[in-house]
Amino acid sequence: MPAKASRVAFGEALLELGAQDPRIVTVDADLSKSTMTAAFAKAYPARAFNVGIAEANMIGIGAGLALAGKIPFVCSFACFVVGRFETIRVSVAYTRANVKIVGTHAGIAIGEDGYSQMGLEDIACLRALPNIPIIQPADETETKQAVAYAVEHPGPLYLRLTRQNLEPVSPPDYRFQFGKAVVLRPGSDVTILASGGPLFNCLKAAEKLEGEGVKAEVINVACIKPLDEDLLVRSAGKTGRVVTVEDHSISGGLGGAVSELLAEVLPTPVRRLGIQGFGESGDPKGLYAKHGLDADGIARNVMKFLNR
Amino acid sequence: MPAADLARLASIARDCRVQIIRMLTHAGSGHPGGSLSVIDLLTTLFFARMRHDPRRPDWPDRDRLVLSKGHCVPALYSVMAKAGYFPESQLITLRKLGSPLQGHPDRIMLLGIEAATGSLGQGFSIAMGMALGLRLEGRPSRVYCVVGDGETQEGQVWEAAMSAPKLGQPDHPLDNLCVILDYNKVQLDDFVKKVLDLEPVLEKWKAFGWPVIEIDGHDLAQIDKALDQAEAIKGRPTFIVAHTVKGKSVSFMENNPEWHGKAPKPQEAIRAIREILGVTEDDWTGYLERNPETAAVVKELEALEKK
Repeated sequence: MPAKASRVAFGEALLELGAQDPRIVTVDADLSKSTMTAAFAKAYPARAFNVGIAEANMIGIGAGLALAGKIPFVCSFACFVVGRFETIRVSVAYTRANVKIVGTHAGIAIGEDGYSQMGLEDIACLRALPNIPIIQPADETETKQAVAYAVEHPGPLYLRLTRQNLEPVSPPDYRFQFGKAVVLRPGSDVTILASGGPLFNCLKAAEKLEGEGVKAEVINVACIKPLDEDLLVRSAGKTGRVVTVEDHSISGGLGGAVSELLAEVLPTPVRRLGIQGFGESGDPKGLYAKHGLDADGIARNVMKFLNR
Repeated sequence: MPAADLARLASIARDCRVQIIRMLTHAGSGHPGGSLSVIDLLTTLFFARMRHDPRRPDWPDRDRLVLSKGHCVPALYSVMAKAGYFPESQLITLRKLGSPLQGHPDRIMLLGIEAATGSLGQGFSIAMGMALGLRLEGRPSRVYCVVGDGETQEGQVWEAAMSAPKLGQPDHPLDNLCVILDYNKVQLDDFVKKVLDLEPVLEKWKAFGWPVIEIDGHDLAQIDKALDQAEAIKGRPTFIVAHTVKGKSVSFMENNPEWHGKAPKPQEAIRAIREILGVTEDDWTGYLERNPETAAVVKELEALEKK
């Protein structure tokens, strides 16, 4: 299976699901060619609504459509859609409107466009809201299953997707399960938790670490909210060291969620890898290297954390 | 509308005004000014216009009302209670711990509320989405959305204003949507004109592609006629500018920014109720003797004072 951006896999999945379920509609804010709903819009023009560059209105319209029985996917860049936090907070979360919020272009991996286009705080914002689960799939297989799940999920949720291609990481028999994390590589010395963009690099890093005599357990935490508390606590108990890796601010994202969980349930040393400060323009690979999210950077930080 | 029906509506609106004053006084906080300015609009919608059934608040073909100016929900609670969604006795639980009558509308806690509103500027977009969804579903329902004047200072309102006449075209135009401006000219801090003037309101909405109807928002016949006209307009949603008076029917509240968000004290409430009912001070005792229901409300308010 070739590498594919999760936004592309999302667009393909939506097109397929749209044929089976007439309740599915899309609402976009002039980015349908980037969020990849354009194919759905072409196939089902009467069910796709481009409301112009007006994300708050887009979200509100989504809420209304949901209250009238539709299953709307409201789509924009992660930073722009979650930037309308107060609208999500009242029109979607508090109203309990069955809106699927899709944020593409997550993280610094979007590259050259620079910070203003990067979704780097979206998980932190939505984690604070009751009633909105957060799902970040890591490859094509997982994305398509997550989109299918989103349609079935009885209530709002947030799908966090990438602009960049993602190498496959899921086993062939993979079944996405809401609220469940998956061990991709068992280990005993350190737990590496990640999802989405940097997950493939974590697996690469684990190979490097193996060469250094460190057995890293890599877990795909596709469901950032709610967390698979049992699996995470069990792994932390086994390894005694936890590293979180995310293309998101180190405040309030996966690292924040895991730290809160472990601090209360099983205090364990945690190292959060991710973005500190603002992002910047650059080529995606160079940016991952600079921010320590490539395989070398992850392996190096793990070794430092383990005092080796 | 026949005179008898107008008289019936006027009587309901009067009762609802009394209930608004009553529940806000019991709550000790809330927004009387805008509740009193919007009540004639809500009364006409609920009792002369909307297809709805208090026994089936989830009836898919019902008409919807989104009160985007959510802080004036006491007015909505008063018409809902009057229509039978819940007992009027429950009105005095407004804003109290455990009550479904939240300070601003909550869709889950109280059946019949269509959307959580109160963060101003949001309800209009929700109403648009509803109107579109109902069109897509082929339902006959109409959607009414009431926005406040100060509320239209929010940017999201203008996103929605620009979008609604175009959304769903050409197959599903939103001619099932009617947006009503409760233009009472007063907002929390001061007169709208002083904070951020909306004028020229009619020209703005017309320029955004809306058919605009201008009425006196306290004239029940005019309200009814405007809603008729709105329903007859095909291919586009309609905007009604309803000129209203903040605090309408209570002399010391009318047109006074001070009463945007302050509950009356019991004695002020009793005076307000007397004015709403159009009774002079001299006739008040006799009136209460002849009207035990009002007397009970007054007694309850007096008891509140002694607490």
